[in-house]
Amino acid sequence: MNRFAALLDRLAYEPRRNAKIALVEAYLRSEPDPDRGYGLAALTGGLVFHHAKPGLIRALIAERVDPVLFAMSYDYVGDLSETVSLLWPTPEATPNEPPPGLAEVVLALRSAGKVDIPRLLARWLDLLDETGRFALLKLITGALRIGVSSRLAKTAVARLGGREPDEVEEVWHGLEPPYRALFDWIEGRGPRPEAVDPAPFRPPMLAHALEERDAAENDPALFRAEWKWDGIRVQAAAGTMADGRRVQRLFSRSGEDLSGAFPDLLERLTFDGAIDGELLVMIDGRVQPFATLQQRLNRKTVTPKLLAEMPAAIRAYDLLAEGGEDIRALPFDDRRTRLEAFVAAIGDPLIDLSPMIPFETWEDLAAARSDPSAHGAGADAEAVEGVMIKRAAAPYVPGRVKGEWFKWKRDPYNVDAVLMYAQRGHGKRSSFYSDYTFGVWKPNGETRELVPVGKAYFGFTDEELKEIDRFVRNNTVNRFGPVREVVHTAEQGLVIEVAFEGLNRSTRHKSGVAMRFPRVARLRWDKKPADADEIAVLLAMLPEA
Amino acid sequence: MTGPIAPIHSANIGLAAVYRQADALSYWSMRAEDLLSLDAAGLYCAAGGFHIDPVRPVARAVVTHGHSDHARSGHRAVLATPETIAIMATRYGEDFTVARQSAEYGETVRIGEVDVTLYPAGHVLGSAQILLEWRGLRVVVSGDYKRQADPTAAAFVPVRCHAFVTEATFALPVFRHPPVRGEIAKLLDSHALFPDRTHIVGAYALGKAQRVIALIREAGYDAPILIHGGLDRLCRLYAERGVDLGPLEAVAGRAKADLAGRIVLCPPSATQDLWARRFADPVTAFASGWMRVRARARQKGAELPLVISDHSDWDDLCDTILETGAEEVWVTHGQEDALVHWCGTQGIRAKPLNLIGYGDEEEGEGVAAGGAAG
Ligand SMILES: [Zn+2]
Ligand SMILES: [Zn+2]
Repeated sequence: MNRFAALLDRLAYEPRRNAKIALVEAYLRSEPDPDRGYGLAALTGGLVFHHAKPGLIRALIAERVDPVLFAMSYDYVGDLSETVSLLWPTPEATPNEPPPGLAEVVLALRSAGKVDIPRLLARWLDLLDETGRFALLKLITGALRIGVSSRLAKTAVARLGGREPDEVEEVWHGLEPPYRALFDWIEGRGPRPEAVDPAPFRPPMLAHALEERDAAENDPALFRAEWKWDGIRVQAAAGTMADGRRVQRLFSRSGEDLSGAFPDLLERLTFDGAIDGELLVMIDGRVQPFATLQQRLNRKTVTPKLLAEMPAAIRAYDLLAEGGEDIRALPFDDRRTRLEAFVAAIGDPLIDLSPMIPFETWEDLAAARSDPSAHGAGADAEAVEGVMIKRAAAPYVPGRVKGEWFKWKRDPYNVDAVLMYAQRGHGKRSSFYSDYTFGVWKPNGETRELVPVGKAYFGFTDEELKEIDRFVRNNTVNRFGPVREVVHTAEQGLVIEVAFEGLNRSTRHKSGVAMRFPRVARLRWDKKPADADEIAVLLAMLPEA
Repeated sequence: MTGPIAPIHSANIGLAAVYRQADALSYWSMRAEDLLSLDAAGLYCAAGGFHIDPVRPVARAVVTHGHSDHARSGHRAVLATPETIAIMATRYGEDFTVARQSAEYGETVRIGEVDVTLYPAGHVLGSAQILLEWRGLRVVVSGDYKRQADPTAAAFVPVRCHAFVTEATFALPVFRHPPVRGEIAKLLDSHALFPDRTHIVGAYALGKAQRVIALIREAGYDAPILIHGGLDRLCRLYAERGVDLGPLEAVAGRAKADLAGRIVLCPPSATQDLWARRFADPVTAFASGWMRVRARARQKGAELPLVISDHSDWDDLCDTILETGAEEVWVTHGQEDALVHWCGTQGIRAKPLNLIGYGDEEEGEGVAAGGAAG
């Protein structure tokens, strides 16, 4: 526990992604099983047990520390767990036992009855060092904040055996803490634990924004085009385990399991394979605007009424696996042929095919993009966000590969930005954080930093305002008078799709651009800040000087 | 900078500015109060005609140690350990005082009616507690002190006394400094994990920097350590006084490539300066007792907080007070309230002095910021 706590402590202060990976990797290399497995579970959000209330911790410290000194200390430190971890007195007699490992703590918390917890906790606090106590108290109250994403932790795991993070992603589902089979495979002692999961997450292939020269340099005959639908990019994976059990999963583009929110869609995944597609709300064969999907996402509980009113559907773009065969290495054209047959075989109106857009020249495609309804999108044209251009010969490769896929958005004045600062509003909004400063990425040597590009204070619904307000309050990292700075790292933060009317050069802004009439178009909870746009996207929108 | 000599008692009008509780004196033991009082320059010993660590120029000063908030220039006469005298001369120039007198640890000097003896305080090189003996009364003014082992400073010696004047920089029970070996291991572990990144350690120029260097050496690191120009003279002085710091080299004038992977010591403020931009992708460490509290470490911009302090932590403050056997404790700069409260729970009479003007250098600087941070 002390070593895991020391890792968390170091991660909390380390801003660089590569350094974080190196720290996690060093921990996984040096920490024995099964402790490192539970450490990995904590880093990837996979630790489950019943949490204790802060009142329990207050009671424990009250038995041990003068109340006046406790009050002065708490007032100074400002955080209960930290205050107690610092204040906890060294036991009179040094206990003759080693501090608990993370595995011991996790397993004991899982099996302990409520009445046993105070005694267990006090004994552990006696044995641990300050950092260990802090991590334990945060863990036990369910407030452990880890400054890394599960992707980052998996990248560190991959490095143990010189493998790619995507290889770890592919075997991840179906594995349980303490992940012995995973470590055995990565460290060359055991087989790849693949067979256990017929429906793993496969990291999606992503597109670059189309730039002028991409069109000029590339022969349109080598590319295919289809609509970019305005929903949520998902992966629907399903299959049958060796013992005959069915596995059906719905993943977001970052690998989050969305199954809980879309039980209606989940039960339709009767196939054996993996589809890359867009999740949409479809009523009577017509795609509904994104706002409808948003409404459905906002509901806390999924009721039968909701399912009937707003049925979820998948519009399929690509096929990644079929009948246990991974077909990602095939060219797009071949996958498309298989996809068409695959979707036809499912025969479900709520799992349909995203149509191709025929074109011969880039001008043809530009015409389709500016008027989708006349070019095949028909009544669904409102839900078209732009077009996707895909190289016919390209295999399906995870991540953003240069020159293979392009997105060409319909409304150019739209960027994904990251919320950086928030300020309270005025009048009836004065109790909410409703003025937002957002930024996009700017390359800075090897790394990227977020630079503010504008402020928005409308465009959101009342419901969204509450969501953002809650996010701001729970994720404040700094306060400057009425302004709060919220977390905005590559892994943590809120992505906002900002719409605006135009763009000008500006010497007043650090970013060099000023937006006209920016507003919150929608909240992209499905995206990570790392997925937000770069400043180059904005600069490309500037009118010619 | 030799300033005008302030008339010793002219400042009685300014007393309210010096201590916030004007009626505090009436609660003190009459005898200790007869020996030591407060004026605008600080603690004054009338029977000896001298001040201790005065914050303004005075006729005669006894100085506990070389930190600039305790040791100022412009007094007419200064008594201190030879090391403190040397530090003052290095920092302020040879004319920092008109008359200087040095006293070794344990050597008793008679000033007026008072016997003055200096004992090691364990804080920095040459730091001393000052024992005042007068008509059977023993009062110790401890200056800044610590109990942790320090290869660069003589170890603290507990001195029995009737009244003990203590600092309170880290006088909250949340401040318990961990063993320094573990903190240095954090630095060297990070250096081993990121061998190509420069590790910059922000450490106060007098005492902390040299102690951190000595601790790094104790841990077995013997490559040259690079130092910021602001540490040069004091590191040299330590070496001349027999403190082995190993090979030290200047940062200035080096190519960027030559800085990669080095351990670099600098004053804390330099980590935020233009100076620090010469390092590509550095790890920024701070060595300070304030690093114990996460919000404070973050506020400082630390990426590798090292809890290394030259002041006593809470446990050491309490233990030391008990060891001196003092019936009465006066608390100077820092978190006075908590320590005064604790003394009360032990049946020891205690009063905050609320001295102003201390804590401007080294770790004391955190006091003001600490209040703001809550
Ligand atoms: Zn000092
Ligand atoms: Zn001081």
